[in-house]
Amino acid sequence: MQALNIHCITASSALGLGLSSQFAALRDKRSGLRQNHFLDTGDLNTWIAAVNEIEHCDFPDSHRDWRCRNNTLAWLALQQDNFFEQVNALLARFDRRRVGVFLGTSTSGILSTEIAYRELQDNEGHLPSWYHYEQTHNNFSLTAFVADIFNLQGPAFTVSTACSSSAKVVACAQRFIDLGLIDAALIGGVDSLCLTTLYGFHSLQLLSSQPCRPCDAERDGISIGEAAAFAFLSRSGDTDTKIYGLGESSDAYHMSSPHPEGRGAADAMRAALTSAGLNAGDIDYINLHGTGTRANDAAECAAVSDIFGGDTPCSSTKAWTGHTLGAAGALELAIATLALRHNFLPANLGLGQLDPELRCNVLRDHQCDRSVRRVLSNSFGFGGSNCSLIVGCDK
Amino acid sequence: MSPVYIDDFSAYLGADCDRDSTLAILRGEQPAPETDKVDFKPSLLPPNERRRASESVRLAFSVCEALYFALPEDARDLPSVFASSGGDYRIFDTVCRSLLEQQRQISPTLFHNSVHNAAAGYWSIASAARSASSSIAAGDFTVAMGLLEAMAQCLSAPGRCLLACYDICPPAPLNQVRPISRPFAFGLILNAQRSAASRARLTLRFDKSSESESTIAAEFLRSAFASNPIARGLDLLSALALRTSATLTVPASAGQNLELSLECLS
Repeated sequence: MQALNIHCITASSALGLGLSSQFAALRDKRSGLRQNHFLDTGDLNTWIAAVNEIEHCDFPDSHRDWRCRNNTLAWLALQQDNFFEQVNALLARFDRRRVGVFLGTSTSGILSTEIAYRELQDNEGHLPSWYHYEQTHNNFSLTAFVADIFNLQGPAFTVSTACSSSAKVVACAQRFIDLGLIDAALIGGVDSLCLTTLYGFHSLQLLSSQPCRPCDAERDGISIGEAAAFAFLSRSGDTDTKIYGLGESSDAYHMSSPHPEGRGAADAMRAALTSAGLNAGDIDYINLHGTGTRANDAAECAAVSDIFGGDTPCSSTKAWTGHTLGAAGALELAIATLALRHNFLPANLGLGQLDPELRCNVLRDHQCDRSVRRVLSNSFGFGGSNCSLIVGCDK
Repeated sequence: MSPVYIDDFSAYLGADCDRDSTLAILRGEQPAPETDKVDFKPSLLPPNERRRASESVRLAFSVCEALYFALPEDARDLPSVFASSGGDYRIFDTVCRSLLEQQRQISPTLFHNSVHNAAAGYWSIASAARSASSSIAAGDFTVAMGLLEAMAQCLSAPGRCLLACYDICPPAPLNQVRPISRPFAFGLILNAQRSAASRARLTLRFDKSSESESTIAAEFLRSAFASNPIARGLDLLSALALRTSATLTVPASAGQNLELSLECLS
């Protein structure tokens, strides 16, 4: 594929607000994970990575019906890194009818519905008047809100393929730009804490009772996080950091378990290398999906070692940020740009003893001693939905 | 933008509608059966999975299976786009009710079926399709965006693409905020290349701001399905059933419409 320029990018997670906070927290080894304290879910013995600033973030009064945890997190993230101003400045150069908006989320503002249901009994079965389904819970709410904030009138939709959602939005942007349908795209992902995911992953016995330990021999599940990340992409002009390749695939295996040999994961990584015109040896670092469940890390590492051998440095950043589900693809795209910008490969936090079954070079500590030019980032989701991105910077 | 070819189409209009009655209803020759539930048992799923399949998955399968069995066997692993404005309202309702109980126990099956890409996931398993698949939502613009995304898939790696658009009826109390009175779904096989199978040539234009009032679908059909966002595709389906060339518009974004120029070829 012809590379896509990343004109600007921002990310907010439990590590902090904005890119420099993500970098500072990683560099200084401050994890965003805390013992679960979300609303009244304290009975769940798990760790979470919450963005506490959401609680006291203001929200545009013009959009008050859209207020929910997810859209508030989106709004908060758009204010960081001058992203809002940068996008508006870029939009002066584009026709707003030819700028697409493709955002990923898995649960959108479902927390609003969960809370609204608590009032059903006292309300004779009626949903409360403060509750606005369309603007909060509905999956399109995030994308419609962000498109409206920037007054964008191009094609806009939400991609919701569980944990690969906000990686796959890059593929949508690329296809639409290639076809000449649009000239630029605002892409990203936002997912926020809710009871559905906390109790849902608990029911699947996939929540760790400790901070998650991706790739560790004793790993026993995920820690859920929340995040928002956005980027503005186009083919016009020139930028330091670009998207060089991407690959998508389906496992066709099981709804909630990956193919044991990582068949779909390997398909996505190979397709990304092919689309970038690169060989496995050209990749300097792999940001693993690395959720910390037994099955996911085993399948992904089998695919990685099959394609890359055992030398390419790789790490999961989930023990820093939590697993941010539908936002993970965009958040880790932002972390990949930090790796490129600072020649900084983040450690795989939580790694005590590497699972001997995993034949990958999983980074025990930060690595800052080499030039980083090409990074592969993996995102895999329920339903066997896989996406790999290759982001790079010429030095 | 390059045109694509429509090789095949399918629709779910209610229980017990075979291909002939579906076509007759779409042509306005007979009324659609009244129903608010999806009565379809996926034949491509093994019995265990079939039992667990949610209503939205069964609705999506109803239009996908009809197209799948008509495809040549070597062409059944194809990229797909699953477009639904709301996903599975019944699951959201059950999950939110479970969360009101003391134990807050969510069924694990219900949880993994709650993802918006549940239909896509089951479909890739059932059809052994390992190609790329998108699951999208765009509110009242879901049909327009589904068409664009499927066309983009189809043209970017020139070949076929399966599009399934589907929305079920929300149960109470969600029907207070999203009133949809009938389930509706349709499926298309788009193809970048013209072939003997091509039924119509479809050219899409995104930048139309004015809406030309098209009246291909019969009035009773439009009013019966008006509450379902997927019914924005009814005119296209009716034109295909009637083998009529037409220019249609579908709302596509705040202030823009998608213009569909349909030229019948067979």
